[in-house]
Amino acid sequence: MKSILIAMLVAMTLPFGLATPACAGSGDVVVENAWSRASIGTSRPGAAYMDIRNAGDEDVTLTGLRTDLAGMPEFHLTSTNNQGVSSMSPVGEIAIAPGETVALAPGGMHAMLMQLRRPMEEGGTFPLTLLFSDGGEVTVEVPIRGIAARGPDD
Amino acid sequence: MRRRSVLGYGAAAFGVIGMTLFAGWWRVDGPGAPQAVGARPLPLTEMEFSLTNHEDRTVGPETLIGSPTIAFFGFTYCPDVCPTTLADISDWLDALEGDAEKLNVVFITVDPERDTVEAMAEYVDYFHPAIRGWTGTERQIARAVEGFRATYEKVPTESGGYTMNHTASVFLFDAQGRFVSTIDYHEPREFAVPKIRRAMNDEEAEGA
Ligand SMILES: [Cu+2]
Repeated sequence: MKSILIAMLVAMTLPFGLATPACAGSGDVVVENAWSRASIGTSRPGAAYMDIRNAGDEDVTLTGLRTDLAGMPEFHLTSTNNQGVSSMSPVGEIAIAPGETVALAPGGMHAMLMQLRRPMEEGGTFPLTLLFSDGGEVTVEVPIRGIAARGPDD
Repeated sequence: MRRRSVLGYGAAAFGVIGMTLFAGWWRVDGPGAPQAVGARPLPLTEMEFSLTNHEDRTVGPETLIGSPTIAFFGFTYCPDVCPTTLADISDWLDALEGDAEKLNVVFITVDPERDTVEAMAEYVDYFHPAIRGWTGTERQIARAVEGFRATYEKVPTESGGYTMNHTASVFLFDAQGRFVSTIDYHEPREFAVPKIRRAMNDEEAEGA
């Protein structure tokens, strides 16, 4: 059963890059529907979105991000108050309970990619590594859509 | 709806915001309209400001009279809210097909320091061709924001740069420049498009 599950997870993860399951908890994390928007040059920050699912039976905690694309990648939350004013602030750790999915989506959380080291070109991809509190890492290859993309299939 | 949970560094408020968010708040109108009572935008005919569009022409509220208007604030260094709004508006305009040509669609930057005429031109080029980019001096932008009863604020970031908090609602005016309604940030197309149609029908009802 366990091996079937692992095979399933590997199969589901493959289109998005190779997961590196170092630990039982974060090793059961599945990332789906990853996407980002192209950038104009490198002066503006980018953002990436995805669904992060804890397919295991232990709590996992996301602690940060790493990518060679950006000098300062960080989880951010956009919030809009009842006056319609939007603001964006860094998120600390993100806990994901077993069976739950955290969505990074426009208007909610995003992987903020500050200090781009190269332009994000439409049609390309870049590797983004999710870091977990148990020392595990999951690397996904994030597709880059157009600047006006509204989702992973645009 | 999948269940999601977010826990910050013991910041309970953060958790509350996160839960609300992931319960799909963007589909909800929130507690009341985004405009507080008494904060209704002025009619365009009563606003006074002068800006420059992305084609380097002088523009102002008077430029918008004669056609219904979609206007919103943002800045091109905004990675999440602004491209989402621009992409949403592009989608609504696609839904309106040929009628989109009857509209003024204006993206006004709140970050004139970085959003020069050239930067605006380069940026709006990636979205629906009806979308115009307006920039100007800090003083004139402040006057425009005031007329819309919107707000913006420059916020330093830990990396030494800055970001802008700003009103993310989209404003609708009829062809006479009268305020019709707002579309909330990330409001679904099925609510947004009828609101735009209403601003356009007001024009026809008046026989303008
Ligand atoms: Cu951000």
